[in-house]
Amino acid sequence: MTETGIGASVRRKEDFRFITGKGRYTDDINRPGQTYACFVRSPHAHATIDGIDASAALKTKGVLAVFTGDDIAADKVGGLICGWMIHSKDGSPMKAGAHPALAQGKVRYVGDHVAVVIAETWAIARDAAEKVLVHYTVLPANADTAAAAKPGAPVVHDVAPDNVVYDWSLGDKGATDAAFARAKHVTTLEIVNNRLVPNPMEPRSAVGDYDEGNESFTLYTTSQNPHVARLVLSAFIGIAPEHKLRVIAPDVGGGFGSKIFIYAEETICVWAAKKVRRPVKWTSDRSEAFLSDAHGRDHVTHAQLATDETGKILGLRVKTTANLGAYLSTFSSCVPTYLYAPLLSGQYDIPAIYAEVDGVYTNTAPVDAYRGAGRPEATFVVERLMEVAARELGRDPAEFRRQNFVTQFPHQTPVIMCYDGGDYPRALDRALELADYANIGKRKAESARKGLLRGVGISAYIEACGIAPSAAVGSLGAGVGLWESAEVRVNPVGTVEVLTGSHAHGQGHETTFAQLVSDRLGISIDNVSIVHGDTDKVQMGMGTYGSRSGAVGMSAIVKALDKIEAKAKKVAGHVLEASPDDIEFKNGKFSVKGTDKEIDFASLALQAYIAHKFSGQELEPGLKEGAFYDPTNFTFPAGVHICELEIDPQTGVVAIDKWTAVDDFGNLINPMIVEGQVHGGIAQGIGQALFEGAVYDKAGQLLTASYMDYQMPRAGDLLSYEVAVTNTPCPSNPLGIKGCGEAGAIAAPPAVVNALTDALGHEDVPMPATPQALWRAAQRAVTKAAAQ
Amino acid sequence: MTAVSMMVNGQHVSAEIDPRTLLVQFLREHLRLTGTHVGCDTSQCGCCVVHVNGDAIKSCTTLALTCDGAEVTTIEGLAKGDVLHPMQAAFRENHGLQCGFCTPGMIMTAVELVNRKGTNLDEHTIREELEGNLCRCTGYHNIVKAIGAGAQAMASAAE
Repeated sequence: MTETGIGASVRRKEDFRFITGKGRYTDDINRPGQTYACFVRSPHAHATIDGIDASAALKTKGVLAVFTGDDIAADKVGGLICGWMIHSKDGSPMKAGAHPALAQGKVRYVGDHVAVVIAETWAIARDAAEKVLVHYTVLPANADTAAAAKPGAPVVHDVAPDNVVYDWSLGDKGATDAAFARAKHVTTLEIVNNRLVPNPMEPRSAVGDYDEGNESFTLYTTSQNPHVARLVLSAFIGIAPEHKLRVIAPDVGGGFGSKIFIYAEETICVWAAKKVRRPVKWTSDRSEAFLSDAHGRDHVTHAQLATDETGKILGLRVKTTANLGAYLSTFSSCVPTYLYAPLLSGQYDIPAIYAEVDGVYTNTAPVDAYRGAGRPEATFVVERLMEVAARELGRDPAEFRRQNFVTQFPHQTPVIMCYDGGDYPRALDRALELADYANIGKRKAESARKGLLRGVGISAYIEACGIAPSAAVGSLGAGVGLWESAEVRVNPVGTVEVLTGSHAHGQGHETTFAQLVSDRLGISIDNVSIVHGDTDKVQMGMGTYGSRSGAVGMSAIVKALDKIEAKAKKVAGHVLEASPDDIEFKNGKFSVKGTDKEIDFASLALQAYIAHKFSGQELEPGLKEGAFYDPTNFTFPAGVHICELEIDPQTGVVAIDKWTAVDDFGNLINPMIVEGQVHGGIAQGIGQALFEGAVYDKAGQLLTASYMDYQMPRAGDLLSYEVAVTNTPCPSNPLGIKGCGEAGAIAAPPAVVNALTDALGHEDVPMPATPQALWRAAQRAVTKAAAQ
Repeated sequence: MTAVSMMVNGQHVSAEIDPRTLLVQFLREHLRLTGTHVGCDTSQCGCCVVHVNGDAIKSCTTLALTCDGAEVTTIEGLAKGDVLHPMQAAFRENHGLQCGFCTPGMIMTAVELVNRKGTNLDEHTIREELEGNLCRCTGYHNIVKAIGAGAQAMASAAE
């Protein structure tokens, strides 16, 4: 391993600009003649629009235009789309209601876009937006996940009169029923997976620009996947053909899924730029972000686990209602289906699984992928069931898990996935050791003496990352392939630019991708630049989400580097007067086997470009290669997290005092960055378990629409984590990488809730387990103890 | 429009501004100092923290006019030429940032914390003092480490 090669904790190349205030985020970009957009949003969850009077707004000095749904319709701007088709059990396609970028006739959630004001300044736009009078007839709202599809519930879209988008299933119902029929014990849980708001610290922003001379558009935007944004804006929404639309996603301040999607605001900015013939900028404030960013999770689940007399799992049965919000967001349909149910086997050998998922419309913000996307929900179901089953069976939760672990690979689960490798007992052993699990009894007794309740909770998670083999996702309904692209450009002086379809918004690709190139070509990482986030510079790519940039994005770079090496060997053959087959490439030098004839990489690059030593017909000049990499399988990161905490039953205040994470991510490129990803994921997972919850009231008003009401985890709420790895290389990609971006958020919630319920001695604890909820739960524990 | 003038990063600036202009808008829109960020609208996230007369304040809820005559330091004014401030260097060395959006506010808060509470900061103190700064990427683990290390480095630099 070199100091900057694969496996080294190289300090990040991108950091200099961020620590000196020189980052360039979308809101930092200003175009000459720029105007500002402010959206008029619905204050009602469900209403018809009976009229819009923009006359007072239009009379305001500095206002250029006010646009409504009628203008969008007149320009034939297409609706926002959902790119993954899900079929119901009866084979019928999901019921997708129209999703115009500005509402037409009806609003369906608080924050829905009714009109947009374009003005000379941000302040004028906001002032004028308040003068736009919208006449509504308010309709009853449907804002409760569990009741959304009940008879008589207000209908969100006429295409789905029962509010059911799809009723979908996966697995073998007959085999699962049979497994339950012969079970010795059945564990049953009712589970609510609380609704979250992703909250990257940088709010969404967009600058639309129209070049009249070239009839072309540029959109600067906060996107995790600028090419996908261009594809959708072009092919479906119809803003402009792809070659006349450039999408630039510069520095992006976190995404966590919420910046995958193609939203109304970005669409309107680029469309309106041509209408007003001036650049149009919009930057979300945090309140707007709460209202209109796609939310995450929001499941209500009935789950059952069947075991035999030895504790061996026989079957798993799950019935989930997933709230999809008022409209289908870009990938919303696949999150509670194909990103959820295929993970219900967890790390366990479960012979029969049957999952049913009803996706429902409500008068709430659209729900889509948020860090983990479906996999945290699946892991929560599995790991809560495992914990409770162990308790009901009188088994140690660690040993009950061990008994049921998958130990042979490849392992075909009953729910699509084929696990390619791993070592689950090893991670468990290491985690138990680091957490000093053996002595938990003593520590519980010490806490009890102080009047405190101590608990420990295990979460043995698995996730499917490296999303994803295109043929596989295509067969499941995806409208896109999920490969990744790379182009490696070697310059005549031997420096290298890598153009990648992945997009970094905190992950450190400018460093890790350069490490790969440095390692492979034997050049300094300072001589490698990573170019991403601009559709005019970079070939088509699919972007960053689902922990795919290492496993898929870097694999594409490996493939391009393979081609570079092959071509360079041919050039070296000519230069060194040897057969390319006799050329070796090692430590940045091409040499002829068995001789001292050699040429270094930079000199070889120059030879490739001057082309003096070879005929241009036989071998093309230059050294630039591209590749598209389509994975052969998902990757399966897995691990064990253990949470130990103490509850004060008098106040309901909980203190986590130890967090142990042992993860198997396959080979690591940069351990420092991997650990950082784990830390951040755990914090978001603890946030879900203890603090965060998006709450709508019965009228569909979002009660948690600011940081005053939605509790983000703060430094003082959290702790330093103990993070270790047990890496088994992934057999399904050339670097042996599994992916690490989502693990913490997937693993953490059940670890916390298993610890809380262990401390309390009963299972009745909601998420988020706020001090009030825990105080009540502690009172129930006291009552229960007294009754016994 | 009203006249305002102040020292920003050691340079005298003056302008005619709309009286409702916030300090962060003045810095970002008028002076194009875009290192100071806006992450919320309720003074909670701390992405906008700058120093005004040595105090760490939230520039998103401060009217620019109230800073008339003040000395303002932003993230752009922290390094001395090409030499990073020890706290900036500590954030890089300890991987105390990922997306970088909260980072300027974190660093400005941390520097003022050290100025106020000294260079020997325990983990508990650092965590409590970060009450006004949100980060969604790092889980704070490495930010806390970076601030502890940065404080020590500031002590060494002061010797």
